Amino acid sequence: MSNEKQVDSGRRGLLVATCAAGGVVGISTAGALVSTFQPSERAKAAGAPVEVDIGDVKPGEMKVVEWRGKPVWILRRTPEMMDNLSKNNELVADPNSDKVFQLPMPDYCKNEHRSRKEHKELLVTVGICSHLGCSPSSRFTEGPQPNLPDNWHGGFLCPCHGSTFDLAARVFKNKPAPANMDIPPYMFLSDTKIVIGKDEKGEA
Amino acid sequence: MAAFKETKLPASAPASQKALTWIDDRFPLSKLWYDQWGRYYAPKNFNIWYIFGSLAMLVLVLQIVTGIFLTMHYKPDANLAFGSVEYIMREVPWGWLVRYMHSTGASAFFIIVYLHMTRALMYGSYRKPRELIWLFGFAIFLCLMAEAFFGYLLPWGQMSYWGAQVIVNLFGAIPMIGPDLSLWIRGDYVVSDATLNRFFAFHVIALPLVLLGLVAAHLIALHEVGSSNPDGIEVKENLGPDGHPVDSIPSHPYYTVHDLFGASVFLLIFSAVVFFAPEMGGYFLEYNNFLPADSMKTPPHIAPTWYFTPFYSVLRATTADFMYVLMGAAAAYIVFIWLKSRLAFKTKALIALVGLVAIIGMLPQVLDAKFWGVVLFGSSVIILAALPWLDHSPVKSIRYRPDWHKYVYLVFGLAFLTLGYLGTQLPTPAFTMLSQVCTLLYFSFFLLMPWWSATGTFKPVPKRVTYHPH
Repeated sequence: MSNEKQVDSGRRGLLVATCAAGGVVGISTAGALVSTFQPSERAKAAGAPVEVDIGDVKPGEMKVVEWRGKPVWILRRTPEMMDNLSKNNELVADPNSDKVFQLPMPDYCKNEHRSRKEHKELLVTVGICSHLGCSPSSRFTEGPQPNLPDNWHGGFLCPCHGSTFDLAARVFKNKPAPANMDIPPYMFLSDTKIVIGKDEKGEA
Repeated sequence: MAAFKETKLPASAPASQKALTWIDDRFPLSKLWYDQWGRYYAPKNFNIWYIFGSLAMLVLVLQIVTGIFLTMHYKPDANLAFGSVEYIMREVPWGWLVRYMHSTGASAFFIIVYLHMTRALMYGSYRKPRELIWLFGFAIFLCLMAEAFFGYLLPWGQMSYWGAQVIVNLFGAIPMIGPDLSLWIRGDYVVSDATLNRFFAFHVIALPLVLLGLVAAHLIALHEVGSSNPDGIEVKENLGPDGHPVDSIPSHPYYTVHDLFGASVFLLIFSAVVFFAPEMGGYFLEYNNFLPADSMKTPPHIAPTWYFTPFYSVLRATTADFMYVLMGAAAAYIVFIWLKSRLAFKTKALIALVGLVAIIGMLPQVLDAKFWGVVLFGSSVIILAALPWLDHSPVKSIRYRPDWHKYVYLVFGLAFLTLGYLGTQLPTPAFTMLSQVCTLLYFSFFLLMPWWSATGTFKPVPKRVTYHPH
């Protein structure tokens, strides 16, 4: 091959145009394939609110229900549990729940108890650790015990990476989890019935 | 290109020879065999550490073959998956054997690959001109980790489910795009049927294809530049009258018999595990994975399978307090680079800039420890790829390095094993502290390598390989 051969600029231009057109088709096809990874319409539709009967939840007991495939905890706290919450204010990373994990914090729960004031003993929280999505386990007994600090007032321990939460699902300082657990929108339908995923402002 | 020419054999030539010649005229069959193995000259001083390459190949074949038979009975459906694995175990004739071979094979693969990498580390097998062999090997390692991770979801047990949940959520720690990215990977708001189906597709077809391509590239690159050896001598620099290195022998039959013997010993151990300890005390198959996946309840102790635990420990070690230590370490490293390295001013300035941005990013107000945990977790794996450029030792093999280098390797090895052990345990304050120390040791080994690897009194490297005829 000699270098003296002339480049036919008309053909070269067509070659570039053909490659560009082929590239556009290729990238669009890749885009379509990548899009198939998004949640399907069926998955999106599966997030309806759930109604829960809480009449059988006695003080100090917890009920777990499923909402959007995740565990939602409904804990009726005893008066002692409620009193202990303020003792943790200094120890938790975000006492006023200013930092958001996955769901926006409902205004009616933005308080120390992280619950609605007309039923402040009832904690409703998505039982998913803000670190990597494990579901923490209940450690309601007070006092020193394995994997927990000695001044423990009851709360939750995430088994995966050792994050601890108090009984208002607030994360303690210097733990892997960066934020408090989510409080879903919820409201009372009667004294013994709540709906999760829906409040006065509408569905979440 | 010459015109096609049919090779003429005498009519009396055996039929097999005629057939081979007919093929060789049309496809380089003999040439491939001679180039890749038959007349591939390898240094004659290989020791036991050089068995793991061919063993890895054997396990790869074993995994592919057993995997094909498992897909014939397995159902990638969230409602059926767990049951179909139990069906394979209890009702498919010999299904339990195929499944245990596959699950034990996964662990065996990682044992072999870790030993294979240890060999490279000891004898400097990744040094010039073998950088690409190392990079292909590194990509194979990444691919294997992905294979193991995707495959682990398939039995749809508690550990499968929550392990996948944790790892997919790791991507959620990336600022801005993170949450959408993990949603995109899962294809649902939680790990679900959609996730299981796509992980199955990756595990049985997408990744094995990539893996096979990388293995081919790894071997072609190796057979192009030639194998290194325990003395770290370039045998090709000393050619004999026949044009082959005087210190090399053809792989066939010399290494063929070695490898076959090695394969027999390996299969003996492998069979013992498959038949007598397929769960390996909860390390090869975790007990919690015999419970069906339950999205409402995390098992009290979740840990990844043993081969991921060193890197997983690095993730867990990164707590909010540890960030201040990391900021200090990053600052010290920048100062060290400016004082000690002979890099160009621009490179130093770039390193300082990246370092300062990282330090600012480590402030609790900017990015939280969760994000940096993921960064360190990823870096602890990726940093392996940089080895050929971090090692500045004038000799390749550990045999001719200063004796104190052996202690550096020993400390690194112990730190890696300790991280691996801690990753299997529940986190306690003492364990967290220990894993933080080991994390620092792990990264120091690599980041300070350009200096320590070139320091000390090196021993003279012989001209010929150390070899005792037997």
